[in-house]
Amino acid sequence: MYKLGIDVGGTNTDAVLIDEQLHVAARVKQHTTEDVYSGILAAVRAVLKESGVDPSQIRQAMLGTTQCTNAIVQRKGLASIGILRIGAPAALGIPPMVDWAEDLKAIAVDTAMIGGGFEYDGKELAPFDREGAKNFFLRLKEKGIQSVAISCVFSTVRNDHELEAAKLCHEVMGDQVHVSISSEIGSMGLIERENATILNAALYHVAESFTEGFAHSLQDEGITDADIYLSQNDGTLMTMEYARRYPILTIACGPTNSIRGACYLSSLKDALVVDVGGTTTDLGVIQNGFPRESGVAVTIGGVRTNFRMPDVISIGLGGGSIVREHSDGSVTVGPDSVGYQITEKALIFGGDVCTATDIAVRLGLTDLGDKTKVAHLSEEFSRKAMEAIAELVEDSLDAMKVSSEDVDLILVGGGSIILPEKLTGARTVTKPEAGGVANAIGSAISKVSGNYEKLVDYLVLPREQALEEAKAEAVELAVEAGAIRETVEIIDVEDVPLQYYPGNTNRVKVKAAGDLK
Amino acid sequence: MRKIGIAEIEDIALGAALLGAGGGGDPYVGKLVAIGAVKECGPVTLLEPEEVPDDALVVPIAMMGAPTVLSEKAIGGKEYQTLYDTVSTFYGKPIYAFMPIEAGGVNSMLPIAAAARLGLPLVDCDGMGRAFPELQMVTFTIGGGSATPMALVDEKGNSCIFRTITNKWTEELARAVTMACGGSVSVSLFSMEGAFLKQYAVKGIVTRSQTLGSAIRRVKEVSDCTPEEEFLRITEGFRLFKGKISDVLREVRAGFNFGKVLLDGIGDYKGKSAYVEFQNENLTAAVEGTLLATTPDLICLVDTETFLPVPTDALKYGKRVMVVGLPCFPLWRTKEGLELVGPRYFGIDTDYIPLEERCKQ
Repeated sequence: MYKLGIDVGGTNTDAVLIDEQLHVAARVKQHTTEDVYSGILAAVRAVLKESGVDPSQIRQAMLGTTQCTNAIVQRKGLASIGILRIGAPAALGIPPMVDWAEDLKAIAVDTAMIGGGFEYDGKELAPFDREGAKNFFLRLKEKGIQSVAISCVFSTVRNDHELEAAKLCHEVMGDQVHVSISSEIGSMGLIERENATILNAALYHVAESFTEGFAHSLQDEGITDADIYLSQNDGTLMTMEYARRYPILTIACGPTNSIRGACYLSSLKDALVVDVGGTTTDLGVIQNGFPRESGVAVTIGGVRTNFRMPDVISIGLGGGSIVREHSDGSVTVGPDSVGYQITEKALIFGGDVCTATDIAVRLGLTDLGDKTKVAHLSEEFSRKAMEAIAELVEDSLDAMKVSSEDVDLILVGGGSIILPEKLTGARTVTKPEAGGVANAIGSAISKVSGNYEKLVDYLVLPREQALEEAKAEAVELAVEAGAIRETVEIIDVEDVPLQYYPGNTNRVKVKAAGDLK
Repeated sequence: MRKIGIAEIEDIALGAALLGAGGGGDPYVGKLVAIGAVKECGPVTLLEPEEVPDDALVVPIAMMGAPTVLSEKAIGGKEYQTLYDTVSTFYGKPIYAFMPIEAGGVNSMLPIAAAARLGLPLVDCDGMGRAFPELQMVTFTIGGGSATPMALVDEKGNSCIFRTITNKWTEELARAVTMACGGSVSVSLFSMEGAFLKQYAVKGIVTRSQTLGSAIRRVKEVSDCTPEEEFLRITEGFRLFKGKISDVLREVRAGFNFGKVLLDGIGDYKGKSAYVEFQNENLTAAVEGTLLATTPDLICLVDTETFLPVPTDALKYGKRVMVVGLPCFPLWRTKEGLELVGPRYFGIDTDYIPLEERCKQ
């Protein structure tokens, strides 16, 4: 049996086949297409052809995609939505989207803040304004809205009002309408949770298009026996059905997948990963086999959410970065890039723009295209450009390091050919052979997880014991979800004291994840 | 006199997070409350303390309760009108201006919202120059000021005003009302006249927050020194330690977050260890067992790359932070000041030695 891993990026769609021993059996790279579907189809077809594997032998298919992130950042394909906030008179001072960019705000066709919500202890803050909700939904129906974001004050404590509103929404607007409720999407913090819910609601078109594109392309290629999954931002998987309801959870799975893919390919558990694409380079850190998480609230397209993401920095350097010589003799690389047009515009491909890739070919780091077309570039100019490239990476490397000690470096991504073998700050540099498709590999080896959450009074059950019990429960949940018991590890433990509960009550959250059977 | 709008609010909020010294609550929600108010009602006039007439009534505004509750319920928008009515009726005269009582954390932002909504000016001062966990811990206490008459209002429209015999009683009663109202309320306290304000307030602190915030935001733009040097220059701070968080111990007692964060040194501090103890705000910082800073000096943890302040509730294993000490407002270093907020008040068995001297040793 085989696992199929696919990564749909902004520029490329990659596919890999991985066998039972987790060896890479085949890998391909295709261009991403506007409709997503044909790009995936081409990649699947190519990887099957290259490997000669019988499609029926593929039992698991995993898709990682940046479609949602791109949609938000580029404001493309987002649905018009209605936003309902339950909780007045609380929070009226901050209307929804108060600090959003104007162009993104335009997705909200109508907004209402109505009575309802809860106090910290689950007491009703105000009665649910059913009439207000109904009138709002009627208004949305008239305007032909198909997706609604509903949030409610303290719905993380009690989600009754959100559920009631969701039910009413379906009654008024019909079963086909998409309803996103905040208690299923975010954690504590009304505004961040509401933001994530709004984005989730706006993404339903995009989610439909990539989930359907994925399912269809698999079927069309005869892959009919596979369980289909999508990658989440924490390196674990979710089902298609789940992804359609919660597309926002796919946000930032790209960096996670590439870091995990790199980790797998290099067999290093602690290292710095440099993923060089066509336009940008992402740097991330593997700690004990998992991406290091960022401590700051995550902002997507200028919108603050309470998701946790891998700690990644991006710099404007890639294979297509444009190289320029200035009047003072200095040479700069990027941040602008020819991007996916590299195959037409780079010198080695007969174009007229000098790119970072041309420099790498000129200096003999890689053999690509027609190297006679870069022979005219002077040695001095090329060296200066390479120094500029190294400096860009070394600076960011230093910013990501945990100490002044040199680190092990893993270079992945299609553009990694432009980097020199030696970089200051790196103890070793590993360039895995399949590093160009680390994202797709990361997607294919994603884990399944179990989440356990409970309120515990540490006066009744001591912390140590409570955490141990919670960890055991999370492991069981991961196994139930399909993980191989021996591979399950605890990936996240969090206990937050709840000041407003009696005793020493804490919210204990544990996430465990393991390899899929 | 100058105007503060949305851009200024952004910087003040960032600076206020640093002045929170680990506590004070995340100014993010407060910032949105201020932005929401300014968007609706227009920018706020910021007055220098010297511009306030001696007999004018100035009312500090704050929230009381759990920051996590504020992050859910925020502010309704009518609270400040209710506060205004309650307080001006009580004193029998109009409120001249609002001010923050606590420049660190979320309470830096709410007076801006109040000023915007009521169309009143804000005075560039506070009573702490940072954040502190208890209500009586303000410079005005040293001057004999009283927290009461204190007004409390909730988003539902409930309001009360009370007078108490001691500030300790104020704290007790206010907490009880806060819990009954749902865990967070808007309050006015230490209402005072201009003359008193000019004598005891920490002056210019709103502007200082803005300067700090703008410096943190632009710290990477400097070219003549490293961002870290620039950060320490602007904040006039002392670098106490740089490390990776190796453990965080937390405990909630009597409504306060107590805890201790352990750090393993990185960079120049490799091989050394340090700890920072906190009660809502950071109280002490010690390297290799030697105290380098104690309250009331500010002990701030900032991200080693972005220099963004890291509050105590965001401390997490593996995070790399720099521990920075900032000298406190001089009045806190007097005998009266240290009785209120010195190490011994917090049960730490050490004399207060100014940060600058501890660092010299």
